[in-house]
Amino acid sequence: MHKYFTAVALLVMSFLGPAALYAEEPAEIIKKSQEAFFYPGKDMQARVKMALIAKTGQERLRELTMLRINGSGGDQKYFMYFHNPGDVRGMSFMVYKYPNKDDDRWLFIPSINLVNRIAARDSRSSFVGSDFTYEDVSGRDIEADTYKYIKEDALEGKPCHVIESTPKSPTEYIRKISWIDKTTYLPLKEEYYDVQGALYKVFTAEKVEMVGGLPAVTKRTMANVKSGHKTEVVFEGIAYNVGLSDDLFSERYLRKPPEKWIK
Amino acid sequence: MKAKITYCVTLSLLLCLLMAPSYAQEVTFHGFVQGNISARVTGNETADPEEGGDYLSGEERLRGEVTGSSGPSDFVLKIDLVHDSIAGEDGIDVREGYIDYRSADYDVRIGRQIITWGAGDLLFINDVYPKDYGALFSGQPLEYLKIGSDAAKIAAYSDLLSVELVVIPFFEPYHLPDPKRFFLYNPMPGLPQTIEEPRRETENTEIALRLSRQIARFDTSLYAYRGFFKLPGMKTDDPVSPATAILFYPQLSVYGLSLQGAFANGVLSIEGGYYDSLDDRGGDDPTVANSSARYLVGYSRQFWTDFTAGIQYYGEAMQDYSRYEDSLPAGFPKTDRLHQLVTLRLTQMLKYNTLRLGLFSFYSPDEEDWFIIPEVRYNMTDSLWTSVGVNLFGGKNSTTFFGQLDKNDNLYANLRYEF
Repeated sequence: MHKYFTAVALLVMSFLGPAALYAEEPAEIIKKSQEAFFYPGKDMQARVKMALIAKTGQERLRELTMLRINGSGGDQKYFMYFHNPGDVRGMSFMVYKYPNKDDDRWLFIPSINLVNRIAARDSRSSFVGSDFTYEDVSGRDIEADTYKYIKEDALEGKPCHVIESTPKSPTEYIRKISWIDKTTYLPLKEEYYDVQGALYKVFTAEKVEMVGGLPAVTKRTMANVKSGHKTEVVFEGIAYNVGLSDDLFSERYLRKPPEKWIK
Repeated sequence: MKAKITYCVTLSLLLCLLMAPSYAQEVTFHGFVQGNISARVTGNETADPEEGGDYLSGEERLRGEVTGSSGPSDFVLKIDLVHDSIAGEDGIDVREGYIDYRSADYDVRIGRQIITWGAGDLLFINDVYPKDYGALFSGQPLEYLKIGSDAAKIAAYSDLLSVELVVIPFFEPYHLPDPKRFFLYNPMPGLPQTIEEPRRETENTEIALRLSRQIARFDTSLYAYRGFFKLPGMKTDDPVSPATAILFYPQLSVYGLSLQGAFANGVLSIEGGYYDSLDDRGGDDPTVANSSARYLVGYSRQFWTDFTAGIQYYGEAMQDYSRYEDSLPAGFPKTDRLHQLVTLRLTQMLKYNTLRLGLFSFYSPDEEDWFIIPEVRYNMTDSLWTSVGVNLFGGKNSTTFFGQLDKNDNLYANLRYEF
């Protein structure tokens, strides 16, 4: 009798599909993943080093300090100060990010002491010439995609949820497959498929470390498998809950970056 | 002029030396080497025996940038050593040199500094600070459009409001294209010119104020300025038998506001200002610009990945127009009551932002003149970039702002190595 029940249960489950095997909804997993990846701590400070590597091997480097503070209801503020290279040195970039609404973005150009608003509609534009987009840096609206649970998998021994995201409105990819660590909820790998259905971009979390009790991706890569171009990003000296105040994210500090925090 | 430069450099070096020990731990040094060349392509050559010919600019610059900080204060010094190949002259251009002091709720900046206010893109209403149109018209990198002001700036911040007060003791006019190199309209040809700048007196100190805060996600500012027009008026020493034309800078007050923020998937910019011509409030002095109301509306938006388009409409409505008409001497070109400009900016980034295709254009429907700048910029490496472009001028009349430059269409190139 008992065996019979088990068999029925397995049969029902297999009909319902893998999603039913796991209690969590895929959208819920993505939400937790975004919280783990983009929202850890009340605030964050990090030195970010980007290597933009062409197919030929030619490297360009970007070095910046990133400050972030979380607000209420998913709102966030970002401050980025560029240390290198020369043509962007001293520039500051500030973003007020709102879920489901266009961001407010400002750019400070030190050579003419100009603070300018930046049109921010297309979050798929390249971030400082890298393979990462603005969205990859500060997160995509959860409402912008529909989600499907594909399977369970393991990456380098870490059990993962594999989720497919499909954009509701046209963008340059038609689907994204994400491997999300079951324990930390960090995305370990993401594959982007273009409108022809071919794989063209791959995100990889190369290194995950514990920072102040929170798991953090300290090295990540975005590779364009079609062009052979890739971008490697290392987050150095990440610190959470350092006590950033809201007024740092203002025109005053955009024009004159806060020494204490950007070193 | 030379004495002034020497004075600035000496002062700057002295300051550096004085501060060096205390800043020793946190001094940085950067800079660049830059070449700029601009050649007229219309075939017209100016007649000046020394600087005439096809070239509008040809120079090499070595920039040194020193910054240092210690506790709540720091300093910045940006100096260009310039070799002007056309005139065969060497010079020093102190771009900026200032000291900052910062406390919890106020900042002080003293020294030569570039200040940029307002919401316009290459259109300025409340930005009353010095500019170099010669640099813009000969294709030098955009930063050379702005010139530093020798000023003191005090800024105070609260949750309610930010206040900036700028005090400029020494007047600096707009730098206009050099008549030795550019074909320009001269309303009084044949008369030698002298320049009368406001005297170095305390009562001629320029004062500018800006109050700002965010209102409903819009960056909102109010402005007030008391000083001088930066574009000169022209009069003669003797109206009956003139021997000299005098360029002078009448008194001016400006009151204005600006708004900039997200709107309809793009950025909306609005700015307005009232130019109160203090030396000609009646509007009947033809040598002094009448009072005017100036305003602009701009909208920019990203239409597809890495492509942005921006459009602006600018208007300048002259007050007391009938008195202007009545007092204008015969033979002088008359401007319309309402002067308008439309600008368009298109930018496409390509190849991981290393290649930028840009276009900026001005067009005035009333003066029927234009200025168009297509430009390509390419970053060869992180430290080396080049830009090549064309400045195209034209117009129905040779007396309007851009129309007078018709014969000066030029091809320019810049090359910069940063370190």
